Amino acid sequence: MSAFDVEVDTSGLNCPLPVLKARKALADMSAGQKLHLIVTDKGANKDIPAFCKMTGNQLVENYEQAGKLHFILEKGA
Amino acid sequence: MAKKLAIIASKGTLDGAYPPFLLASTAAALGFEAKIFFTFYGLQLLKKDLSLKVSPLGNPAMPMPVPVPSLIQVIPGMEAFATWMMKRKLKSKGVASVEELRSICLESEVELIACQMTVDLFDFKQEDFIDGISSGGAATFLEFASDADITLYI
Repeated sequence: MSAFDVEVDTSGLNCPLPVLKARKALADMSAGQKLHLIVTDKGANKDIPAFCKMTGNQLVENYEQAGKLHFILEKGA
Repeated sequence: MAKKLAIIASKGTLDGAYPPFLLASTAAALGFEAKIFFTFYGLQLLKKDLSLKVSPLGNPAMPMPVPVPSLIQVIPGMEAFATWMMKRKLKSKGVASVEELRSICLESEVELIACQMTVDLFDFKQEDFIDGISSGGAATFLEFASDADITLYI
């Protein structure tokens, strides 16, 4: 797992809250910093990449561990 | 230039409240400029006190724990029961409340526009509605929608 600067755990929350919480966290971060997002909403496998694509943030890594989805997002410029 | 989302919200039920607020708040998170135009029963979604309900009556697709015939659904209290059940379900599944999504819309500068004609039609008062909304008519919506990337009637 890559190193990260900020961690947001959205376990138990459903669409669209993981995306909204990611957006909120990224707003307070600077370009190049990494966000570790933990999600249990299975739709996130499609939604988080779509969010990254639309917002210019980069999805560096994603994996599933113990039934939870983990995403590492790098904030874009 | 930011993409634009234009929505007409015409429903005032609990289930009808989700699509406009959910899509507009997510659109804002994706960098869209989003506006929702609330007309007819959709105006209920702008009330300070949201007492939104869902009814199984005339809604055969609504999942119920046991089949409830239409004639039973008209009994007083059935609507309140269905609403209570739906709210409990939403909460247990970690779905945001309508109030929460509406607050996020306001925070993320989604413009909420009350249709002036229907406000007058139903004799609603400005003080019935939350702060931070604007009002307008058909031309206001069409001007924005004319160059929106996505336009939805809900």
